[in-house]
Amino acid sequence: MAAVEVRIPTVLQKVVGGPKSVQAQGDTVAQVLKDLEKNYPGLKGRVTDQQGKLNQFIIIFLNDQDIRFRKELDTPLQEGDVLSILPAVAGGLFIH
Amino acid sequence: MFRLDKRYAEEIIAHGQAEAPLECCGILAGIDDKVMKLYRTTNSEKSPLRYNVEPHELLRIYRELDEKGWQLLAIYHSHPNSEAYPSATDIKLAQFLDVLHLIVSLREVVPLVRAFWLSGGQVKEEPLSLVET
Repeated sequence: MAAVEVRIPTVLQKVVGGPKSVQAQGDTVAQVLKDLEKNYPGLKGRVTDQQGKLNQFIIIFLNDQDIRFRKELDTPLQEGDVLSILPAVAGGLFIH
Repeated sequence: MFRLDKRYAEEIIAHGQAEAPLECCGILAGIDDKVMKLYRTTNSEKSPLRYNVEPHELLRIYRELDEKGWQLLAIYHSHPNSEAYPSATDIKLAQFLDVLHLIVSLREVVPLVRAFWLSGGQVKEEPLSLVET
């Protein structure tokens, strides 16, 4: 399994608790989210929806790439990658 | 009561007017309720009904906030043709972003800025005091 760094900005840390940066293991983003349960209990359930897809108000960057334009939660990871989990700033009548 | 420097309120209104009829959006950052910087951001939706801060821009802003030790004090967006009141989607967003929401309505001749807390799915208006510094 690849060892990666996960960064949570302060604004989201206020909501989910836990440290700002943590090491986690996983060959995909989904595996890392599972591994993160140790440091952020309940985080996986909050950043994914009932279908197990990424919540529409959460953005995950792999290094500087939005995983929505890769393979979403199945995006493969390599040793030393950095994942940033961010709350979107979005709203309006509906989000597609 | 949220005390907002009048020049920031004017900048939010100017941003809304510049983007109309599309919605504008942006971020106010600072320390202990004192705004240090207003970020005019790109609405990647380019819509009169929705806004979404362009994700790469947002990543850069969150990084700058953490580097400078600033807090995200408020986000703002415009309602070009409706009242300054949060939509259901605005309320859903608050589950991950527990900050003040400023909404500027451009529906009337005189633009109106209002502030809301949206925690726990509830809308609570925060009185806004415009101050000159």
